[in-house]
Amino acid sequence: MTWNYVGRRVAMFFAVVLLAASANFLIPRFAPGDPTAAVLEQLMSRGQQVEGAGDIVQEYRERFGLDDPLHIQYFRYLWNTLRFDLGQSISFFPQTVSSAILDALPWTIGLLLVSTFIAFGVGSLVGALIAWPGAPRAVKALVPGLMMLSAIPYYLLALIILYALAFSSGIFPLGGAYSSYPRSFDFETVVDILYHACLPALSIVLAGVGFWALGMRGAMIGTLGEDYLTLAEAKGLKPRRIFFGYAVRNAMLPQVTSLAIALGTAASGSVLVEVAFNYPGIGFLLYNALRSSDYFLVQGIAFVLVLTVAIAVLILDLVYPFLDPRIERQ
Amino acid sequence: MSNVLRTLRASLSFALANPKMLAGIAILAVLLLFSFVGPMFVDLRNAEPISVSTNQRPSAELWLGSDSGGRDLLAVMIAATPQTLRMGVLAGALGVAFGVFLGLVAGYWGGWRDRVISTVTDTMLTIPPLAILLVVAASMRSITVEIMAVIIAALSWMFAARIIRAQVLSLREQNYVKMAKLSGMSDLRVVLTEVLPNIVPLAFAAFVGAVSGAILAGIGLEVLGLGPQNTPTLGMTIYWALLYSAFSRGMWWWWLPPILILIALFISLFLITAALDEVANPKLRRSRK
Repeated sequence: MTWNYVGRRVAMFFAVVLLAASANFLIPRFAPGDPTAAVLEQLMSRGQQVEGAGDIVQEYRERFGLDDPLHIQYFRYLWNTLRFDLGQSISFFPQTVSSAILDALPWTIGLLLVSTFIAFGVGSLVGALIAWPGAPRAVKALVPGLMMLSAIPYYLLALIILYALAFSSGIFPLGGAYSSYPRSFDFETVVDILYHACLPALSIVLAGVGFWALGMRGAMIGTLGEDYLTLAEAKGLKPRRIFFGYAVRNAMLPQVTSLAIALGTAASGSVLVEVAFNYPGIGFLLYNALRSSDYFLVQGIAFVLVLTVAIAVLILDLVYPFLDPRIERQ
Repeated sequence: MSNVLRTLRASLSFALANPKMLAGIAILAVLLLFSFVGPMFVDLRNAEPISVSTNQRPSAELWLGSDSGGRDLLAVMIAATPQTLRMGVLAGALGVAFGVFLGLVAGYWGGWRDRVISTVTDTMLTIPPLAILLVVAASMRSITVEIMAVIIAALSWMFAARIIRAQVLSLREQNYVKMAKLSGMSDLRVVLTEVLPNIVPLAFAAFVGAVSGAILAGIGLEVLGLGPQNTPTLGMTIYWALLYSAFSRGMWWWWLPPILILIALFISLFLITAALDEVANPKLRRSRK
């Protein structure tokens, strides 16, 4: 791995983060209607109910430095964003946007990491088997079903699963991530959390397996004609070893590339799954922020969503040369 | 132009012999029929709030019952399905047109143009569209189907740009393109008469994929309550159903129909894309055997 390569990837990362922060700053200013006025107006109408509304108005004026020239406002905004100071949440008042996001983040990351990896593993294996000539027929019969599942968005599937397995049969809880807020991590709490995570995870896995299987199938077909497979066969290696050690190993590479992007986009895709299941992660927080027009919080979450993808892509870019030495030559 | 037509006709006749394509088109046709013939039997004004009595179960008069806002849900479905399709087609067409243009420029002319376009494309690809969509939609007081389509197109042209660029890069090295250039044709004419006809099937596949992606993004916004407030749409129906806890009240006729229509729509577009991919990528066709 050359320093040039690393430098370019890191520069790309900062470019994306800068772009996202700039979009957060600029878009409200170009949108028709005046969002600053809208938020202030909304604060006024809430004046009686929200304690400390005066502070928020003050904060808003300072944050956007409404009297300063535009470029000063812009640089101040970037500086604040860099320090992860994303402003004051309106709907969760004493909390700041960053603390509200940090509270919700572990739930989303936990749910997503586990379910995306399960979908990735199961999907890749199934996809590899579908393309493998020696695989059982039953696996090949899976193709149409998997294709259908991959075409259906997460959240539509989530709603149907929720109805079938929670509302009408009562096998699983209706929503949330725990029965009572976990104070310690004993065995019972962990089981309870896993029990609550089952259905949201199931909908993400079901919707994802097809995607991974189809991608893997394509990559496997590409490797099947390669000479090293013929050589491995000629050497008399066991089929299992040829399958995993030669075919799957090479076909996995493009899958790993998609994984980074998928982990990132899963964060925004899961927003609606969390809404359907009242799962207390980023997505549910976003839903509440939108419903109470908590504009800072919406912007903050949008920024975090971009940040997750950027980080995932950066990590992948830095790890990839170790997986596939050919990449460096480009 | 006759070249373009000939490729299109050849692709079309192949596609019609393809079972995936036929199934996809059949589902789409049923959905279109539903939304065009429906208005003859159902008064679409009942898709507005407070036009029928609220919370009615499905019955002989109200086939799909009514919601808590007093909308006739059958009328809502008939009115909403074409809106969803219109948004998707508009966003898909805009996004792919822009992507094809950039892909052609980057792939054919190369050089600094390619570097700029590719860098912007790759950067944009790593930004989750929902994040930007959210900020845009949340900062607008009211949003229409058309504005939503434009925003979505602005965030989804990259896929088409990348596919087309790759294809043009390989086309540029083909002998007939080199031949045309050597014979003194201007670059613009080479692109229009030799390159463009060969990317039509691919661009069309990208278009159908983009329509599906646009509907997916649009429904996402709508389910979060950021869709058009004054037009009935499938996503907004799901949003209202969730907001008024139609689930726990057992009102399946409220949330199930929009979900089923959407699933049918996504599967139909998926089948058409898969079939078109086989047309555009002859490799896939062979590998199926």
